[in-house]
Amino acid sequence: LTMLRLCRFSFRKTRAWAFSPTRLLSSSGEPSGHEQSLYPGSKSRFSADIAQCRPLTSDGDGGVSLYRVMDRLGQLLNPEQDLNLSEETLLKMHKTMMLLNTADKILYDAQRQGRISFYMTSFGEEATHIGSASALNSNDLVYAQYREAGVLLWRGYTLDEMMNQCYGNHLDPAKGRQMPVHYGSKELNYHTISSPLATQMPQAPGAAYALKRAQAGACVICYFGDGAASEGDAHAAMNFAATLDCPVIFFCRNNGYAISTPTEDQYRGDGIVARGPGYGIDSVRVDGNDVLAVYDVVRAAREICVKMNKPVLIEAMTYRVGHHSTSDDSSAYRSIDEVSYWDREDHPISRFAHYLKQKIGRA
Amino acid sequence: ALPISVTDALDTILSTDSSAVVFGEDIKFGGVFRCTVGLAEKYGNERVFNTPLSEQGIVGFGIGLAAAGATAIAEMQFADYVFPAFDQLVNEAAKYRYRSGSMFDCGQLTVRMPCGAVGHGALYHSQSPEAYFAHTPGLKVVVPRSPIQTKGLLLASIRDPNPVLFMEPKILYRQAVEDVPVGDYEIPLSRAEVLKEGADLTLLAWGNQVHVLREVGQMAEKELGLSCELIDLRTIYPWDRETICESVSKTGRLLVSHEAPFTGGFAAEIAAFVQSECFLNLEAPVERVCGWDTPFPHIHEPFYVPNKYRCFDAIKKLASY
Repeated sequence: LTMLRLCRFSFRKTRAWAFSPTRLLSSSGEPSGHEQSLYPGSKSRFSADIAQCRPLTSDGDGGVSLYRVMDRLGQLLNPEQDLNLSEETLLKMHKTMMLLNTADKILYDAQRQGRISFYMTSFGEEATHIGSASALNSNDLVYAQYREAGVLLWRGYTLDEMMNQCYGNHLDPAKGRQMPVHYGSKELNYHTISSPLATQMPQAPGAAYALKRAQAGACVICYFGDGAASEGDAHAAMNFAATLDCPVIFFCRNNGYAISTPTEDQYRGDGIVARGPGYGIDSVRVDGNDVLAVYDVVRAAREICVKMNKPVLIEAMTYRVGHHSTSDDSSAYRSIDEVSYWDREDHPISRFAHYLKQKIGRA
Repeated sequence: ALPISVTDALDTILSTDSSAVVFGEDIKFGGVFRCTVGLAEKYGNERVFNTPLSEQGIVGFGIGLAAAGATAIAEMQFADYVFPAFDQLVNEAAKYRYRSGSMFDCGQLTVRMPCGAVGHGALYHSQSPEAYFAHTPGLKVVVPRSPIQTKGLLLASIRDPNPVLFMEPKILYRQAVEDVPVGDYEIPLSRAEVLKEGADLTLLAWGNQVHVLREVGQMAEKELGLSCELIDLRTIYPWDRETICESVSKTGRLLVSHEAPFTGGFAAEIAAFVQSECFLNLEAPVERVCGWDTPFPHIHEPFYVPNKYRCFDAIKKLASY
């Protein structure tokens, strides 16, 4: 029957829709010009005031605010807003951030000594890793870029595993096939890193769609940087996630630089968070150096994802204290004073240590 | 007709594999070539759905689906538009298993796309991009020549545990009519098919060009008294070296023909391999009759494609070498 219907449909019978002025005049007119549009693409109201027809750009208002729970010195802005995480969790958070920081120092030096070929540190961004990882379930899938090793450490990746991959030795489950820091772990639900930027971004909503269909009660988190957000894959990813109702958290680590390219050369709008509404995605900007704030937004995002099967965009503002990689010397494009400020005055680990001392008397 | 053999294969998969989903541009209403007619109604919008207009998004999304354990069947509306997805296919899909040491893979991904000359397609509705992907270890590339072949090869491609690109010659969508078996059957990948045995020459092609060479072989038999062996390669990558070399070792003369441009086309790979493996059995250099090294033209299409006269000339050259 379907075939017969198809046969009857031929090009010769297609109507050529032609403009017919008399028909238009004879239809009853609308009272005002401000009724609701019937256009399939937008059903907003019409307006004769052009100011009404222009979406806000980011100039003038200083941009979307950054959510934080504690200040640079670890003081809660709002004591009622304390997340009241267990001491065990708080200590694990601190310990993992310190572990990441220390491992980074050692492995960076290992590259300098010729022991490994390449390395990338996460100095200054530890809270983005640990704050987000601690707010997820272990069966939530992780699609990362390359500067999220703390997420793996939180989930239980061992230092041995890190080093096996970096050294490409026979113990590396990835069989020494990739450059250092291209970690992956099936057991920890962390998809193997690839070098091309943002390619993981459209994959994340795909995986989320599969989880949704399988009713797994899990979500996907997709990490990417301020630079990767410029790729076409980032745009495609967010559009797909929104239109296909995918339970995925897009987590942007906006650390101010894509190698040497500062954010002023990367985008002209209000960062990455401002793009979310363009896709119809719930978005939030957070102080990425505040591990508790990061935890808070990711926990809330996870709930939206899993309960409503909708994507969420989180832009975590932070600062890349280290060089882009061991192949980079960032003194070539930024001042040591600038780096020093973030390392000394607004470091996520020190901030949290202050908080811990006040909260539980020790760090 | 060929679109129905595609629909049939997809229907078979959707009915037996609950994880399977079919997606791409305009899939829901049935597809611009009618390959997905009725599927959204039968299996629901959650399983058969439209995506936004973005090839890189479609393939990336498909990789994610497959990596998470779902059977993902994506469509590129035309092979000419696969290129935005080139990075996802070459840098991601092809390398997903290798780079993770087999911890992860996207073997459940299949990407279908209409390809090839259609008479009026010009630059952007006629391309045959198989050579770009045949150069990518980790991918498989399959090209069927008929409705019966399409259903069997597509089922095999979807079930193959590797990402497969399935390129359907669009000229066959309306042209080819066959009685396709209603059951579930597979045609193996990486196995060429000898359609007609012969002693004097081997004629090798894939897709629609197989039919051109069939006619050329008949011309050669009638006018030159030559017995031609006709082979359909079917899977471009990894290709069936054994069947081809066996045939060429027997006949000593090989003609390979494809619509894609001559330089760097897949016939070049076949010719290089055959001359290396069968050198002492060759009676003449391998002949390649292909599209010219230009973009695919509109009004000049009859002069661009490797038509039967050009192929016949090549046979004469082979036979008289």
